Amino acid sequence: MTELLRTRGLTRHFKVGGTFSGRRLHAVDDVDLTIEEREIIALVGESGSGKSTIARLLARVYEPTAGEILYRGRSLAQLRRRKDLLAYRGDVPMVFQDPFSSLNPAYRVKHGIMRGLILHRPDLDAAGRQAEAERVVEAVGLHPAAEILERYPYELSGGQRQRIGFAQALAYRPKLIIADEPVSMLDVSIRIGLLNLMATLREDAGVSILYITHDIASARYLSDRVAVMYGGHIVEAGPTEDVLGEPKHPYTQLLLSAVPDPRAPLDPDVALDRGEPPRVVDPAPGCRFRARCPLAIDRCDVETPLLRDLAPRHQAACHVAT
Amino acid sequence: MPLLDVQHLRVEYATAGRPAVAVDDVSLTVGEGEFVGVVGESGCGKSTMLFAVARLLSPPAEITHGSVEFRGQNLVTMAEKQLNLLRWRDFSVVMQSAMNALNPVATIGAQFADALTAHGKFTKAEITERSVEVLRMVGIDPIHLRSHPHQLSGGMRQRAMIAMALLFTPDLVIMDEPTSALDVVAQRALMVQIRELQARLGFAVVFVTHDMSLVSHFSDQLLVMYAGQVVESGPTRTVFDQPAHPYSRGLLDAFPSVRGPRVPLTGIPGSPPDLSRPAEGCRFQPRCPVALPECATTRPPLYPVGPAQSRCLLNAPVENNAEVPS
Repeated sequence: MTELLRTRGLTRHFKVGGTFSGRRLHAVDDVDLTIEEREIIALVGESGSGKSTIARLLARVYEPTAGEILYRGRSLAQLRRRKDLLAYRGDVPMVFQDPFSSLNPAYRVKHGIMRGLILHRPDLDAAGRQAEAERVVEAVGLHPAAEILERYPYELSGGQRQRIGFAQALAYRPKLIIADEPVSMLDVSIRIGLLNLMATLREDAGVSILYITHDIASARYLSDRVAVMYGGHIVEAGPTEDVLGEPKHPYTQLLLSAVPDPRAPLDPDVALDRGEPPRVVDPAPGCRFRARCPLAIDRCDVETPLLRDLAPRHQAACHVAT
Repeated sequence: MPLLDVQHLRVEYATAGRPAVAVDDVSLTVGEGEFVGVVGESGCGKSTMLFAVARLLSPPAEITHGSVEFRGQNLVTMAEKQLNLLRWRDFSVVMQSAMNALNPVATIGAQFADALTAHGKFTKAEITERSVEVLRMVGIDPIHLRSHPHQLSGGMRQRAMIAMALLFTPDLVIMDEPTSALDVVAQRALMVQIRELQARLGFAVVFVTHDMSLVSHFSDQLLVMYAGQVVESGPTRTVFDQPAHPYSRGLLDAFPSVRGPRVPLTGIPGSPPDLSRPAEGCRFQPRCPVALPECATTRPPLYPVGPAQSRCLLNAPVENNAEVPS
């Protein structure tokens, strides 16, 4: 496997409170994440855990406060020329959560795809763009493509709109698609269709996908590797089956036990946890999960646990986990 | 006599063309202290049905047929004045998005006081006492009576909404997707809490959700709605263990599991139909994997299947139809 993208100590803080409060919200702290070619990696966490901030950092919506992002070995901070930036944005497009607000209602479906093609594929002429637009719409499972392209977003269902989101991304011949909660706004019966589509895109177009979700079951269904976030840190990462089959971090264990599973009997002992994910403002050292943690020891109050290898390729940031 | 008895309810939205029938011949009964789950996709009419039951519909939606009996009184024909005597005292509603349902510029305490004074006469001390009591009940520190909604987390806001619905200890609490804005951990905690409160106070719950797995361990009865109709209803365990309708089976198969082997799933192809142009036959037929030729022309009624009911020709109690193609 070849490495496609790597973050090193990626950190993003936001100012909160009044202008002079000096307080900072630590949305993402010290995240090391690698994404390999043709890999689907799931980033799992509750709202406020920092997973969407990572997506925006990778998409260069935000600049990192500290740390760096290396794309094919090159730091994004070095991309100064418009041409380089454009190339990166074409290689790493984003698919958004809400298909109802991410397509412009005033334009036909083809508008968004064509704009992307004009910007990122200047080699194509008008006929080539039309052919390419039809190809990507068909690749996301919408037929007949020529007719779909002429429609307005209101004529499409939520699932179809989200497929258009993927078609737009696909038109750039991407290497990595950042999919930020792409199915959470969709109905249950059509979610699986989109998850299957993402798996197909990896097979056919050879893209990597960063799948950001709070739904650990869909992460398991789709991904090769999973990283669990809590309070701005990655607290556990590894091959999906290892992490979910044998979760090391108490937070991953809590998350797994809370997933409703109609096929399993109700376990009355779990999920009495009433805690909330923290808003990490000017944190002191220490584990950010300790207040909710059933296993917390004194050391957790004073020392921030770092990710350490607990099994092959499987890491957790916990002083207690073995 | 059941607590709530809905019979043949029909709700139409007036549109420029033909009216859209959002709720079509829905019947359900809720006993004292029972937990009834209503599941379906967006646009299946589950929220409209709920609003109709609580008489909260506003034009262009209108109840055109059927009855909603609460303790034997028909709510459909009841005057607003009479309704106001029942609302909040005897049945209350928890809305979907606590963020939008709570007033952002009033404190939680002020909103509780509002609800109390609108439906009864209380002194200041009584209001405070009752507000503190219900907040404690849902596990929120009473100090938050002086908080504004934005100072609470999503889970706390949702629990404050539930506390507000319990101010008068009603017999029935109607909940419209109260957990959909929450994370799994908070979702699970809220469900467990609703169940605990229910056991303690004995109210009945009608719980609408799009997430079938969420109610699997909590509801007694389950209704599956599709395109305005009930397609399957029965005891929750029966519907989960032996789903009779192809749509219920499809919904169940649309959930990836966190346990057991990883299997490829298909979901349900296609999308829900346009309610203003209902199909001639079975409404699920265009998406149905086991449809027969006659499904396109015959409207199936609800057939009894063991303790459950299913709106599918394959469940018709006729011998030559009994064979289910697999």
